[in-house]
Amino acid sequence: MEFLSYLITGISLGSIYAIIALGYTMVYGIAKMLNFAHGDVIMVGGYVAFYATSFASSSLLGEDPSTAATVLATIAAVVLAMIVCTVLGVVIEGLAYRPLRQAGSLAVLITAIGVSYFLQNAAQLLFGANPKNFTPVVSGQLTFFDGQLRITNVALLTVVACIIIMVALTAFTSKGKMGKAMRACSEDRGAAQLMGINVNATISLTFAIGSALAAIAGVLMCSYSPVLKPTTGSMPGIKAFTAAVFGGIGSIPGAFLGGILLGIIESLAQAYISTQLSNAILFAVLIIVLLVKPSGLLGKMAPEKV
Amino acid sequence: MKKLLAMLMAAVMVFGMAACGGNNTANNTSGNNTTGNTTGDTTGDETTGTAGGTFTIGVIGPTTGGAAIYGNAVANAAQIAVDEINALGGEIQFNLLVADDTNDAESSVNAYNSLMDDGMQMLIGTVTTTPALSVAPLTYEDRVFTLTPSASGDDVIENNDNVFQICFTDSNQGTRSAQYIDEHFEDPQIAIIYRNDDAYSQGIRDNFYDEATARGMSIVYEGTFTEASQTDFNVQLTAAQSAGADLLFLPIYYEPASVILTQANAMGYAPTFFGVDGMDGILTVTGFDTSLAEGVYLLTPFAADAEDEATQNFVAEYQAQYTDIPNQFAADAYDAVYVLYEAIQAAGVTADMSNEELCDALIAAMADLSVVGLTSAGSEMTWDENGAVSKDPTAVVIENGAYVTP
Repeated sequence: MEFLSYLITGISLGSIYAIIALGYTMVYGIAKMLNFAHGDVIMVGGYVAFYATSFASSSLLGEDPSTAATVLATIAAVVLAMIVCTVLGVVIEGLAYRPLRQAGSLAVLITAIGVSYFLQNAAQLLFGANPKNFTPVVSGQLTFFDGQLRITNVALLTVVACIIIMVALTAFTSKGKMGKAMRACSEDRGAAQLMGINVNATISLTFAIGSALAAIAGVLMCSYSPVLKPTTGSMPGIKAFTAAVFGGIGSIPGAFLGGILLGIIESLAQAYISTQLSNAILFAVLIIVLLVKPSGLLGKMAPEKV
Repeated sequence: MKKLLAMLMAAVMVFGMAACGGNNTANNTSGNNTTGNTTGDTTGDETTGTAGGTFTIGVIGPTTGGAAIYGNAVANAAQIAVDEINALGGEIQFNLLVADDTNDAESSVNAYNSLMDDGMQMLIGTVTTTPALSVAPLTYEDRVFTLTPSASGDDVIENNDNVFQICFTDSNQGTRSAQYIDEHFEDPQIAIIYRNDDAYSQGIRDNFYDEATARGMSIVYEGTFTEASQTDFNVQLTAAQSAGADLLFLPIYYEPASVILTQANAMGYAPTFFGVDGMDGILTVTGFDTSLAEGVYLLTPFAADAEDEATQNFVAEYQAQYTDIPNQFAADAYDAVYVLYEAIQAAGVTADMSNEELCDALIAAMADLSVVGLTSAGSEMTWDENGAVSKDPTAVVIENGAYVTP
């Protein structure tokens, strides 16, 4: 029964990693760059949702708000967080990454790290360094077997949201004009441009989608573990990046699989081996997988043309 | 367009730097800067005579960052004590300088160096243990008399004859917690969750564990976490729950503790939570549902609801100036300034002495000093040759969002 509890913890943690990893993988697959600021966009999403919900509960909703009003306020907060993050993502792309489109990948990587620090420090200046305690968007839990097994509603919501997002993204990229344009950019940016695809607009759209996902991930992550600080996004960001590589970077189902597996490994390693070594075990598994399958679990081998 | 953007960014950077610099100067100019005067001031004889002059005291603590609540409490309360002493108009006057260390070892060394450049003669600090382990050896080298309000690590005072504590050492906190639990709870099944990359948390846990084992108490589960993993405790809590723990000992700071309380509540696990002085501050976390902290025990030397006159006056003054109820760190700092005041009187030192002379005279005076403070629950604080304090602790329990003596 304990094993099941740990497994459920792992799956819900893994679903959060998966949603973040989807953002990494989309941007990498299409723009061929590692957006290390992705984790910090999550943090911004968390803060926006935090301030929106506390504003709603302090001044919009009355003393004893009805369930419907609370749900509506929560949804509005999440949507607001998504809008802010989408705009932020597009602005970051336009200001920091677009001017470096022709530069080497190392320059873009370092810029991304710079943007990450910029966001963290800006958040510290704007929101203060003191941790905020995030109220989960959903509360309550389901109990099974006379209370021996509990599944929190947050965990359920996270898993469901993750699956919906994964299916929707897969559908979006495989069908429709924009999805086709994205795949074309991913295959060969130069050729796509020659075919009349607006590469810049396509990459901007990718950033917009990735950042909106980051906002959702931010809200879910803060519901799962309530502390919100300017550095909240950095560690999950790194782990989700690992998950994306683990599953095969550039592959949408790969990010999903990688995220879930990473969450389960982390949770079980913490429970049965050592809380201290869990991160080391996590990365050891990653190294082994990459040794056996260098492109990740579901990644495609792309031969380098010389 | 690009040029405009570049200039805009440059302006932002300059503004950002100016804002940081502004903070420092604001801190440093509280009180008169009399570094120039101190050397020229020649009250008193070369030998011990009447103590006097304006002493420059430094405070090092986190006034920003995750532990800012401690550093600000110490800085505020020290300022209150200094103002009170200066208002007495006696021979002894204090000039207080505050430097931020963000609870980081490297920053604390920088803060120390900048205070030394500003003419610090005695140090009240650091506020937390990890920075103290870096700063205390420097004060030992430089012979700067140091009184830490709240850095409770055993290693802070060990081998540093110039460093004295106002708070209990970690060993003392761990041992006292085990004693209290053994005396007040019937056959508790104890689980411990502690942060094992932090000297403070690990130190208290070790001593708690030793004392509890010696008393034959049953510890059913021990979970650890680190800086990187202090946002998620679902695994540790599930394990503690299935091990049947009904008392959760948390020798950790309030920030991860707030996560533990929230997640334990979410999974329907309600043991008795027992914290130490790091738990102080749990009620102030923005957005934290304080009803979750109801019934949390913590071992603290100071309760703001105590009825004695000194505490009441201090709490009223603190509230008037900073609109907050002072926590234990504030009380520690207030006591630290008064202990320093008493020690200076007892040693009969003057402000024109060198740091080394001051340090040696004050160390000698501390051996015989006994002071009743806000944090000693009516008992007299005395110090052993290591610099560890001896006084009575009190345990408080949180009821209706306030500390109450059970």
